[in-house]
This record gives sequence, structure tokens and C-alpha cells, in this order.
Amino acid sequence: MAQYITRRLLNMVITLALISVISFAIIQLPPGDYLTSYIAQLRAAGEEVNEELIESLRMQYGLGKTPVQQYFKWVWNFLQGNMGQSFIYDRPVNDLIWERLGLTFVIATASLVFTWLLALPIGIYSAVRQYSFGDYLFTFLSFIGLAVPNFMLALALMFAGFKWLGMDVGGLFSVEYESAPWSIAKFVDLLEHLWVPTVVLGTAGTAALVRIMRANLLDELRKLYVITARAKGVAEKRLIIKYPVRIALNPFISSVGWILPTLISGATITAIVLNLPTTGPMLVDALLQQDMFLAGSFIMMLSTLTVIGMLISDVMLVLADPRIRIGMANE
Amino acid sequence: MSNVADLDRPTDAAEREDARDIAYASQWRLVFIRLRRHRLAVASGIVLAALYLMAAFAPFLSPHDPTEKSLEYREAPPQRLRFVSDQGVHLRPFVYPFTATTNRVSFKRDYHDDRAQPYPLRFFVRGYRYKLLFVFESDIHLFGTGVAEVPVHLLGTDHLGRDMLARVMYGAQISLSVGLVGVAISFVLGILIGGLAGYFGGFVDEAVQRVVEVLLSIPQLPLWMGLSAALPLSWPVVRMYFAITVILSLVGWTRLAREVRGKFLSLRGEDYVVAAQVAGMRDLPIIFRHMVPSFLSHIVASLTLSIPLMIIGETSLSFLGLGMQAPAISWGVLLQSAQKVQTLELAPWLMIPALYVIVTVLAFNFLGDGLRDAADPYGQT
Repeated sequence: MAQYITRRLLNMVITLALISVISFAIIQLPPGDYLTSYIAQLRAAGEEVNEELIESLRMQYGLGKTPVQQYFKWVWNFLQGNMGQSFIYDRPVNDLIWERLGLTFVIATASLVFTWLLALPIGIYSAVRQYSFGDYLFTFLSFIGLAVPNFMLALALMFAGFKWLGMDVGGLFSVEYESAPWSIAKFVDLLEHLWVPTVVLGTAGTAALVRIMRANLLDELRKLYVITARAKGVAEKRLIIKYPVRIALNPFISSVGWILPTLISGATITAIVLNLPTTGPMLVDALLQQDMFLAGSFIMMLSTLTVIGMLISDVMLVLADPRIRIGMANE
Repeated sequence: MSNVADLDRPTDAAEREDARDIAYASQWRLVFIRLRRHRLAVASGIVLAALYLMAAFAPFLSPHDPTEKSLEYREAPPQRLRFVSDQGVHLRPFVYPFTATTNRVSFKRDYHDDRAQPYPLRFFVRGYRYKLLFVFESDIHLFGTGVAEVPVHLLGTDHLGRDMLARVMYGAQISLSVGLVGVAISFVLGILIGGLAGYFGGFVDEAVQRVVEVLLSIPQLPLWMGLSAALPLSWPVVRMYFAITVILSLVGWTRLAREVRGKFLSLRGEDYVVAAQVAGMRDLPIIFRHMVPSFLSHIVASLTLSIPLMIIGETSLSFLGLGMQAPAISWGVLLQSAQKVQTLELAPWLMIPALYVIVTVLAFNFLGDGLRDAADPYGQT
């Protein structure tokens, strides 16, 4: 086990190194360097451009050096926790990223729990009662859930909330709590707003997971051990929950890994429509205005989270599934 | 499966013919026969064919030029096709022209039917000039009122008074083809790279695996966004279009490569592959002539399932303003105006392109599901 985790950690380092190259390439891609656009921006705002400031920025980012040197400079700074300066907000990227990442993580976790709570019973029901009316209904619904773009659902929920409940469901906080320090009241307020993005983001994931759960469980139900248990007179409910469901659960565990990037991607658009203070809108803004340090660091951080998520889900899979564990021991 | 055995049973001639057909049919024919029984997949195939025909013949089908602006008719709601007027029942559908007034309080345009004179829809009327399928020049359109002053806006107009029906049809050209072109690129890359990894194994395999893992662990949308943000806005529409498809397929090939690799790993030890190697055949011909055909139907099914992902990708990018840009028309560009909840209240018809996206994605998913079942060699015939 320890050996497995060490090997995975080593792989993770390589993966992250490659991702950092891609993230840096994204920073570098736009024509011209970020300083030129920064200066142009300052000039457009009618501000005096300070030659000294430019020179110091040039030094800090190692402009004028080769891209390879710049890359290592960026990585070195990144490892020390200095992700550079955001030009739009005129603040260090670090400050900006942490608060947003935190809220993104909250939403992603809430959606994941929502997805599980919904997908597990529906998937079991669909498999056990295959071709029943309920199965067809859920199959149909899950296809719709896959096909409807998240932002459409977000708009529909916002509209419904606005029209019939008379509430403003956009954002994560009410106006009075937006810049207030954390308190119990603010937390309650967050919970009140959290359900819309949770439902919106959870639906697509739920649909996919129901399909997988149903298919896996159907495969298991046909196996001989199920028939044996039934022949021996094990009560149907207990039989299904105790044996085949446990094995079919594996995709739920691995979903921790792949659902995170999906949620983050989905969250980007939904967050814009719902006006959430998460990473999505800030990333789009950064990209549109070529605030490349902010954008590159975001992509790097999101990918890092994803890679860690994948590692956790793989380790959990090993812990949960004796077949994998024993297979590894035999190797 | 039982069809071969059934040959011995005395049945009527047609059924025997059928069974014989299946016993000797090529793999593709078998897939097709099985697919035909999958009703939902067949229906989806028909819907998709209709959508692609709509895109191809957009200029002929649309009554208006999608770029033609009209201050008179901005944000007009969809016009109703009617059969009953004050004069009685008409056999030919007709429309009432709109009279527009500006509301003095909200500055919104109010539209009322001008019931004085119904304008029947005429078929094959002359309108703006266009070029069909890059070749045929014409000015004949499927329908219209035939009167220049009386437009038909069956899906309403946008904030500049452009006809939504025409824009949806033209938008389909980009939105629907992005998936096909992107999948074609992913297909070539996926088979080549996945095939090499699976066939050679060892170091090549390890390297490919790592690259695939890296590309898959970067959240897709942010990666697409980052890459397309680098495209200069000054690029012409066609070049932008190809750049976006390349970006979309940059991620698309990875899943395919994984699948192909898995197939290759299991096929590598098969007798016929070893036989070909022993006979001195070179690697690439073995891959393409002997190994690829054995799982091509499976690949086609998973390709069909990845087309909708690309369509949603293009729509999302354009929706965010990072994909196709304004003079180009795609469903995502059209949906940009639907970002606000107010749109649903004031001009819900601007959301119609989203319905097209949903229907297309659903149809591709159903078709792909059907194809996958049909291509499964262990499925029932």
C-alpha cells in the first residue's frame, strides 16, 4: 500500500510538472507580453506610466529573457507561494485565488454529496426494476439531464425562484452579508443560497452516475453468487444491498476523481449566469482581459486540485475493493 | 445468435432468406440490422439528418438574410401562423404584419397584430441573393410573404431586428459541423497515438499514458478557454473556426486513444496478429489493415458519443465570448444574449437556440447508445 501511494505520488509530481508547462504556455500564448497590455491599459485609463515601475516589473517577471528561463522563474516563484501580480485587480494573485478556490470547493463538495444522494438510490432502483415505468422515466430524465446545458437550468431555476418565490437566487450571499466577516448568520445565509448551484451542477453528474450505477449493478445481478444467495433464501433487500451494490459502488468512489474537473468546468458557466463568487467568472475575466498570471495560476491550481482528487479516489478504491488490493499484493 | 441454427428448421422462404442473410452478412451489415431495431436510435438518426439538411440548405430555407437588421422590428416576438381570420378560414397559412409602438414608460417595443389584411405565406418566393452549398446562386426561398414590407419572423427577432429563424439555421452550419470536424481530427490522432501505444507498449505506452493523463486532469473548459483566449480577435471567421475545432479535439483524442490502446493491448496477442508479424508484415499495415477493422464499429460508436461533447464545448466557449465572435453566427453566439435572467422575462424566444442544442445533443446520445449496443459483438442479433 505504502509503495503504491509512493509510486502514485511520484507520478503526480511528473503530471503536475507537465501541467505547469501547459499552464505557462497559456500565460505566454497571447501575442505581446503582459507588460505591454498592462502599460496600454494604464495609458488608456489616462494614468502616468512610471518608467521605474515598468523596469521593476520587467525584472520581477524576467521579461526579455528566454521563455525557458521565464518558465523556471515562474515555477520557482509559484513553489514559494508567489503567483505574481494580477493586472486587473492590482493585487497579488495569491489573495485573489484563495477566497475563490475555497468557495469553489464548497460548491463542488455540496454538488458531489447531492449527486451521490440522488444517484445511488435511483441507480439501484433502475437496475433492480429494469424496464419498469420508473426505470424508463429515470433513464429519460437522466438523458435530459445530460443534454441540457447547465446554464439553461441555472437560468430556469433563477427565473422560477424570482417569479414564484419572490427571491433573488443569484450569488452566494445576500447583499448585507457579502462583505461581512464570517458568522453563524452568514453561514446560514450561505446555506440558503447554496442549493441553486448545487442542484444545477449536481444534475449533469447525477445523470452520468445513474447510468454507470445501473449498468454496473445489472452486470452484477446476473452473476452466479446472486442466484446462489437467492436460492439459499436470503431476503431480497438484504441480498441486493449487501453484495452486488457493494461491488457496483466502485464508480462512486472513482467519481470523486473525475467529478471534480467536471464540476469545475460546469461551474465556470453556471457561476457566470448565477453570479457566484467562485473561480469561473474570475478566470473568464482574466482570460478576456489577458490578465495572464491570474489565468495561468488558476488553471494550475484547479488542475492540482483535480490531480489530488484523483489520487484520493484511487487510494480509496484500493481500500474499498479487496480484489484490487490483493491483485496489487500479488504483483 | 440463434439464427444460424434456425436454418435447419423448415420455415417460409422469406424468413430463411433473412436468416441466411444474417449468417453471411458482413460485420457492418450486422451492425446496421441491429441498429434498425433500435427505434429511438433510428428516430434520432432521422432528427439529426433533418438538422444537418437544415444547416446545408439554410439560405434556401430561411426567409430572411440572417445579418439584415431592422430597427422597426427589433426584439419582435415570434409571429403566429394562422388559418382563421376575420374573413373566415383560409387553406393557406397566413400572418398578420406587426405594428410597433414604443412604450413611453419602459421604452420597450410593443407589437400588435395589424388585422386589416392577412398576408398568406407563399412558397418559392424571391428574396435576398445567396449561394447554396458554395455553388448554386439563387434568390428563391422556400417561403415568405413575397412582400418586402411584410417580413415573417416565425421565431421572432433579436435586439437588432435580425430574424431568429434565419440565424438559428445559419448558426447550425458552424455548431453542427464543429463536432464532425473535431471528431475527425480526434479520430486520426486517437487511433494513431493510441494504436502506437497499445501496439508497441513499453516506453511509448508509458509516455502516451502520461500525456493523456495530464490532458485529462486539466479541467476541460478552463483549458479550452485558456487556449482560445490566445486566438487573435482579428482572425477571419474561417480560420477562427478551424482553430477552435483543433482546440476542442486537443482534449477529444485522449479518451479515444485510451480506448484504442486498451483494444490493442488485448488484440496484440491474437493469433492472426502474430501470424502477420511472422509473415514479415510491417507494423503500420498490421495496425491499419488487420487490427483497426476489428474494432472500428466500436470506435464509431464512441465517436458518435463524443460529437455532442464538442458541440456543447463550442456552444459554451462562444457563450462565454471566447469562441466564435460576433459576425460569425453559431448557436453559442446566439445564446450570448440569453445570459441574463431578464431575457427569460422580456424576450424568451432568444433562448430558442438552446432548444436546438438540447435536441441535437440528445439525438447524438441516443444514436451513439444505439450504435454501441449494435456494435457489441456479444449483443443479441
